[in-house]
Parts: sequence; structure tokens; C-alpha cells
Amino acid sequence: MASIPTQASVVVVGAGIVGNSLVHHLAELGWRDIVQVDKGPLPNPGGSTGHASNFIFPVDHSREITDLTLDSVRQYKELGVFTQSGGFEVARTQERMQELRRRMASAKAWGIESHLVTPEEVVEKVPFLDPSVIVGAFWTPTVGVVDSVGAGTMMRESAQNKGALTVSPNTEVTGIDVENGAIARVHTTKGPIETEKILIACGVWSPRIAAMAGAAIPLTPAVHQMISVGPVPQLAEQTGEISFPIVRDMDTFCYERQHGSDMEIGSYAHRAILHEPDEIPSIEAAKLSPTEMPFTDDDFDPQLEQALELMPDVLSNPDVEIRYAINGLLSLTPDGAPILGESPEVKGLWSAAAVWVKEGPGVGRAVAEWMTNGCPEVDVQGADIARFHPHQRTREHVRARTSEAFIKTYGIVHPGEQWNSDRNVRLSPMHEREKELGAVFFEVAGWERPQWYASNAPLLEEFGERVMDRTAEWDSRWWSPIINAEHLALRERAGLVDLSSFVIFDVFGPAALDAVQSIVLAQMDVGIGRVVYTPVLDETGGFRSDLTIMRLAHDRFRVVTGAAHGMVDVKWFADRLPGTGAQITDLTSSWTTIGLWGPRARDILSQVTNADVSHERFKFGTARTIEVGSLQVLASRISYVGDLGWELYIPMETGLRLWDVLTEAGTEHGLVPVGLGVYGTTGRIEKGYRAFGAELDSDRSVIEVGMARPKVKSQGFVGRDAHLRHREEDPKAILCSLTVDDHTSASGEKRYMLGGEPIRSQDGQPLIDGHGHHAFVTSAGSAPSLGKHVLMAFLPPAEAVLGNQLTVVYMEEAYPVTVASIDATPLFDPSNENIRR
Amino acid sequence: MDILVCIKRIPDIAGQITLDGSGTDIDDAGLGHTTSAHEECAVELAIQTAAATGGKVTVLTLGPAEAVEQLRAAVGVGANDGILIEAEDSGAFGTEDIAQVIGDVIRDRTEGGQNFDLVLLGNDAADTGDFQVPIRLAYDLGYPVLTSISTFSPAGGPVIEARGIGPSGTEIFSLELPAVVAVQEGGVDPRYPSITGRMKAKKARIAEYVAPEPGAGNPRIGLELPPDTANEVTILGEGPDAAGALVDVLEEIGVIRS
Repeated sequence: MASIPTQASVVVVGAGIVGNSLVHHLAELGWRDIVQVDKGPLPNPGGSTGHASNFIFPVDHSREITDLTLDSVRQYKELGVFTQSGGFEVARTQERMQELRRRMASAKAWGIESHLVTPEEVVEKVPFLDPSVIVGAFWTPTVGVVDSVGAGTMMRESAQNKGALTVSPNTEVTGIDVENGAIARVHTTKGPIETEKILIACGVWSPRIAAMAGAAIPLTPAVHQMISVGPVPQLAEQTGEISFPIVRDMDTFCYERQHGSDMEIGSYAHRAILHEPDEIPSIEAAKLSPTEMPFTDDDFDPQLEQALELMPDVLSNPDVEIRYAINGLLSLTPDGAPILGESPEVKGLWSAAAVWVKEGPGVGRAVAEWMTNGCPEVDVQGADIARFHPHQRTREHVRARTSEAFIKTYGIVHPGEQWNSDRNVRLSPMHEREKELGAVFFEVAGWERPQWYASNAPLLEEFGERVMDRTAEWDSRWWSPIINAEHLALRERAGLVDLSSFVIFDVFGPAALDAVQSIVLAQMDVGIGRVVYTPVLDETGGFRSDLTIMRLAHDRFRVVTGAAHGMVDVKWFADRLPGTGAQITDLTSSWTTIGLWGPRARDILSQVTNADVSHERFKFGTARTIEVGSLQVLASRISYVGDLGWELYIPMETGLRLWDVLTEAGTEHGLVPVGLGVYGTTGRIEKGYRAFGAELDSDRSVIEVGMARPKVKSQGFVGRDAHLRHREEDPKAILCSLTVDDHTSASGEKRYMLGGEPIRSQDGQPLIDGHGHHAFVTSAGSAPSLGKHVLMAFLPPAEAVLGNQLTVVYMEEAYPVTVASIDATPLFDPSNENIRR
Repeated sequence: MDILVCIKRIPDIAGQITLDGSGTDIDDAGLGHTTSAHEECAVELAIQTAAATGGKVTVLTLGPAEAVEQLRAAVGVGANDGILIEAEDSGAFGTEDIAQVIGDVIRDRTEGGQNFDLVLLGNDAADTGDFQVPIRLAYDLGYPVLTSISTFSPAGGPVIEARGIGPSGTEIFSLELPAVVAVQEGGVDPRYPSITGRMKAKKARIAEYVAPEPGAGNPRIGLELPPDTANEVTILGEGPDAAGALVDVLEEIGVIRS
């Protein structure tokens, strides 16, 4: 039996495309003493890479995934294993054609060449396709196929040639020792390895390995059915692996891909077929490979018929036989994103799982950079393993969401689309009241959050035309004009917002000030009772987060951040506490938050408290505890909707009482409950407030988003050097707010952009910033106070000029827009008088 | 020539075998299901013969409801229709019971006007390896029987010429119909289904019978796995130097002929 090193700088588990890319990039970045194990043989150890269909369509609606894919394609090309074939996504329905027009927006926004084409143009390149079945197609010439096993072998060997890597195939991980919360050693069938880091890159088996250390990698093995038919005479006449473009039959959730003289047909149309990581057969017991499960004909039969419709000449030939048919296993996650980074549960346990062949090398590079210097060049924050809230790590949640998501693989997914499964997990204390008010709930991080309230429908009449109703079905899906009515009611009177989903944690202890000071950009050595909104940067000066910190005591700071990204923030802070002088405690489930804003907010609050809440005695940017009846309320005078008011923090169990007290007091002032549609979009967008994940990400500097302060504090903080450098440089892009000047489409219907659309010059030319990014809409929404639809976008500095006339392309039609703000100056109430009244 | 082919749903095993909790059956959780290679060849021979004589092929199985998958698979490659004799616990049936049940169905069909000229089976089932049912069925029907037959062809009138190809030579028989033939693999290459075949299979008519309680029962009390034989890996060499040794191995296992 071959021996295995007894020590390693990192043990990489898995020799599929991800593990192989990782060892390559780690070696490139200077890592040595890497040990890579796989329980299977080489070069194909039997995981999902071995049966992947290996084609790459670069356009995805997610920019993060597109960035990873483009980097992967570049790497595959460097390795000489990429063959460009071109690819069609064909539409059988008009609804799909609209989706393809939307796909064009993503292609243009990410700068990828694509075209909408007619059925006849498809047939020119794919002569065996029946054009009468389709109404059009989306053509991407840079689609191609790769040899992922070959690429992996080359990358593994490059690390071996550097003397950086020992590869041990046929070696199974049998246990992981965790000591003091950190990885200490990995046990294998060939002996133990002392190591502080394990990198789990073994796809469908990843949860099983993570569980050995008491950590979760919340993914599930799921079936993707694939058959291969041949020999096809039309294909056999051509030389090489692929000479015809790949066809994705979007409406039947299938693809047809030439492989030599065979045609592979893959399906995402069948029922979700989930497996358990522990029940995947062993290599010894598997007929083909462990991830090539027995084919279930019944599930695939409907797809055969549809494939036959599309390519009758090829597939009705009785000599074309089904020679290979598998239920191939791949990894699905509850939110569809990969699972990357260091586990928040065990120090030194890294994950690079739920990654497709098209993203493999890009993920390998990003995670290797992350492990080396903390900052991947490509922003992968949406894939951070730390993002999961506890309930999202459960088997039940993973199975529910992946079952629901499977059919969306080729589906038409609206950007506002909500999940149906595993709802009502986290309910605020006001939930029952909200239901009585006809709240329409949207879910984030398990929290049911009112997006708008049916009880506010009468406001539509009050505000009439000002609610900017939308007639196009797509634009108004997952939306209601009530949102805009609630917005106007808040601006004119007052609104009450349930903000229970905030992630709240305290940093406390004698070194608490040093801790927060070293983590965030803003000066934290402030008086007790001050509230500070601040960016959190990484070492490159890009955004890790933006959040609010209240100084509650000399040695206690309360951090308030969003639900979607909050768990990542908790880990970011916890990882950076200096020694023993500061601790962190998550109070999310202890505190609920109610927002009270609008010109009447002070009237309402002063009616229920004896505390002096006047402007002079309760200044903006301060927080203190006030009494509301018998309740103690931590009131914080800040606003993400840009109006007078407070965030009111109160123990969870007393939240309902406070809500009722405020509602009652507010009646005579015209107070209405207001949903997150206002808080998350309309309120912020007319105030130019940036949102993490939309405008703020690790690619963008504080300067580019217009959030630089006059001075930089003298104390050190993460990203300070980079930030100082950015201040000296000319920005490569500038975040602007734009207003849409005319919404009228060719059909005469008014259309409203939802985000993600390309911004172009008046004559339709792309606008490319100093990063090489094409300009696109990062956020879009109604600004009811202005009577405008507002877009935010990073523009090349030369275009970031007030009054500059540009266009936005929506569903393949251009609409005129005007640059209305080139810094953080709000379009509504530019001098912020409303907040400070 | 109207031909009946009897097939059996078995776990699709290629690697290590494990037994279920009872110790009397193979654990088929996680395994696909198929029919034995002998039976695939029997189906192929039947299809070729029916095509050559203008006859038809019926496939029959005794097994659980899911065994309809194996019937449809046979229709997918060219059989005309199927008969499912449903028995939830088909493992309780001994070879004598199975022969009896199949014989009863054949007699029922005969009464209904459908006469099978030839009844084909696999030499033995890949999971249990009994070598019993063909002979017992022939006895039950009062038909002549041949076993270990690789190929056959019509020989004029109600007669076929059957060949049993072995390592040391070929036996040739002339067999008068109706008869039972047990086929062994190797004489023909079974075809894969085409897409149109598979679609036809989906719509194929499957007649259903319910099996009576087994009479004689299954005398088998258990299965035992052979001891683990460690996999031995022989490295033939590296690079071009290994070519000669590789050719030898490919010849030995019959992939190529010298």
C-alpha cells in the first residue's frame, strides 16, 4: 500500500475539476506540502466531473456566476481543452422569446456577444432541427465544450511538477479531528495526516465529509438525466468531437449536444430526484460510477418525444440507438449558488462544492486566492458558505428548496420570484397582525417580511396617478402599486415598518473599541449613544459589507446588518477579534426592530413616550433607551428611507405590544403599515442609498460609489492602505443615478426596468468602465415622490456627467435616460432636510 | 412464427454484491434492474426470427409490478407485446411454481386462440442461476426442449435448426415445434432501443395476470457471498513499451482477434 504524507499544509479532498483546479492554483500561489486525496482512481475518480456534459454557455443572469465562467473559459483555453461550437437557446413560445430578450440584456450587461436569431438562421447551422417547432433563438458564438477530466489532469500535474503536491488516489477520508474548534488532522484509509486545513471539493459527497468535522455543507445530490444516442449518420460525416452548435431546448428543459457521432440529450424536466450523500453506492458496488445512477426510463420518456419533435430527422432513425442512459448525480444547493469559503462552524474547514464544470477553474482560482490572502479577485460573496442561517443548513430545508428549484434550471425565473417551500420558518412578533392587514409576504433568510399590505389598497385612490401603475405583466409580477402608495403615505404622513429580519450582534469587552475600529472604515471612537453607518472593506479596499453600529457603552457596540448577508458579517467580525479582549454575541433572535418614519413620526412617538424626542434633544445619528409605557425601547434616529424617524429596538417578546401601541397612537396621524417594497427599493432609491450585493461588492471602491468621507481616520482598519490608494487614483467607474425619460415601448405600452439591463450611449454603443465592465443597472425602482423610475449604474467617469443623455435597453428596446446624480446626492430631498427636521 | 420469450427482472449488478437483511436476496437498493444477458439474446433471436417469418414476439415475466419496465424494454427493441404475471413476492416462487404458472398462462393463451410456436427462456437467471425453469416448463407443456442454444433459424415447416456454440465445438439440432429453447448468450448481439422504439414501448399493450399462491415454494433458505477477493492490479507498463502486453490482454479477453 502506497504511503501518504503524515503532514500537510492543506488536505484537498476530491480530484474532480474543482479539486484539481484548486491544487493547481494553490501551488501557483506558493503553497507547498499539499496533499490531495480521492477515494476513486485517477484520472476519473467517479464523481460528477466524470459524466459531465462539459459544455459552457457563458451568459447567466448572475454576474458572479458569469465572471467565474468567463475566467474558467480563459483557463480551459490556456490548457488547450476548449473547443468552440457556438450554442443556441431555442424558444418554442413567445413567453420564452421574452425571456431570451431578457437574456440579451444580461449578455450585453456582461459584455458577451449574443444575438437573437430566426428559426431559419438556426437551421443554417443545425440543419437537422425542425424550424417549425421554434419561434426563435438566442445565439452565443462563444459557447463551447471542454475536456474537464483532461484539464484536471494537467492542472494536477502542474502542481506535482512544482513539487507542491502529493496525490493519493484510492484513498478515502474516514474521519476528521477537530481540536478547540479547528481542524487538527484528517484520517484516511492510508493513515492520518496532521493539518490545519482541509478543503472539501468532493461534490455530492461534500456534506458527508464536512459532517465528520461537525460542519454543514448544505447541498444535496440530485439526478440530472442524460442519454446518448447513436450512431447518427449526419454527425458521423463530420470529423472531431463537435462540429454543430449545442442546442438548448429551453421550453422543454432539455439540451442536445453532439459528441462525435453520438447525440447527447440531457434533461432538467423530470421530477426532482434527490439522493443522500451517505447512500451513494461505493465504487465497488456501482455498475458504471457511483454518480452514474441507474436510469429511470419513465422520468425521461416525455423528453424523448420532445427531442424527437425538435430533431426528427436525426432521432427517428431506427438505427440511432440509445446506448448510454444515466441518472447522473450533481450537487444542488437551497439557493442555487455554490458553497465556497471557510466554514463558520469549524476553523480551517474550507468548502468548494456545488460547482459546475463551467465554473470549476474559476472557482479553483478564487478559493485559492481566498485561502491565500483573504480576497478573491472575482467577487464570490454570494457563494460564501457563511451565508447560511441555521435553518438553511438543515436537510429538510435543502431538500425542500432544491426540489422546488430543480425545474427552474432552464425555467423563466422572475427576479422577484418567491419560494413556495419551507415558508413560515421565522415569524416576527407582529406576524399575526400583519396577516390580518393582508400583508403579502416575501421571504429572506427564512423571515416572512411584508412586502406590501392589501389593507393599504384604499391609498391607491388617494394617490391616483402618482402610484405609477404598471400594465406589462412581467414588470408588475411580484409587485403592486400599493408599494408606491405606501411610499407616498410615509412621505406625507408616517409609516410603520417591521424590520425583524435584521441580523444584530454585539461586540463587547475591554477591547471592543479596538475590535470595531480595526474592522470598519468609519471612526468608531465616538460618544456613547452615537450611531455610525459605515462600510466594511476587505484588504483590496472593496466592500465586504455596509452596516450600522451603535455605541451602547464604553465597551459595547451593537452591529445591525441585513438578513441576507448578515451571517457572513458575523463571521467576518468574529474572525477579526483581537485576542481575548473582545467577544461577539449574536442577538438576532433576541431583538425585533420596528421602523417609524415620516413627517408625523415625531408626533406619534412623542404621544407614546415621555422622553424628549425633539430634534434638539434627540439628534440624528444618536440612539438611546426610552420608555414607551412599560416597555424599554432602544430608539435609534437613523433612516434608510430618508425621512424623519427612528428604528425602535425591543426584546422580541414585547414587539407586538410596541406595534399595537404605535398603531393606535398613529391612527389620528394617518400612520400606515409599510412593507419592505418601500424600505428596500422605493425609499432608498430616490435617496440614492446603496445596497450591498447590488451597488456594493468587493469589485467596487468607496470612491467609486461616492461614499468617501472627507478624512480617513488615523487608526488602522482592514483595507485602509488600499482605500488611501484609491483616494489618490482617478476612479475607474462612478456610481450614478439615472431617471428614465420615456417609458413608451414600440407597442405603446409603458415598460419599467427591473434591474440588470445594459446602459448604452444614445446611439446604442456599449459603455465600458476602467475595470472593463459594461455599464448595467444595479438597482431599479419607482421613485414615487419624484414621479420617476430611477436606475442606478456604474458609468465610465467620462459619462458620469449630470444631464448626460443615455439609453437603457430593456427587452431589446432602447429607452432614453438622463444622468441625474453622479455622487451620493439624493434625487429626492437632496439637502436631507426631511431627515433632520 | 409466434414466439414467447420469458424474461426475469434482476438487479443490474456489475460490481460488489451485497445481500439484504433476510439473507435470501440481493440488496437492490441503489441498483438498477435489467434482464440477464441470456434473455437479451433470446429476445434478439426472437425479434430476428419473427421478422424473417412474419411472426410476432410476446415477452412474459413473473414478478412485481415494476417488472413491467423489463417488458417495455423488450418491446423497445422490437417485441410486439407483453404479459405481466404479477407476484409481489416473486422470491417465494420456486422453479417448479414458476414453470407451472407460465405453463398455465400459455394454456390460457392457447385457449384464447394464441398459439406460441416457440417458447424461449434464458439458460439460467443471472441472480439465482437455477437452470431449472426451461426444462420444467417443457415438461409441464409436454414440449421438447433444448438448452444452451446460441442461435437458431427456421428450417422449413414446423422445424428449427438450433446451434449450441461451445468452446470446443458446435452442437447442431433439428427441433420440431412447438418447443422450448433455453438460450445462452454469445450467439447474437442484442440491439439497443431506438428513440422511436422506446416511445412505442411506452404505449405497448401489457396483458396482466395475477400469480396464484406458490405451491411448491422456494426451497432456498439463504444466499452466501463468496469471500472477498482482493482486487489485484497488474501494471502492464508505461508508454509505448506497454503496447505488446496490452494487445495480449485484449486478445485474451476476446476484444480483438489476432
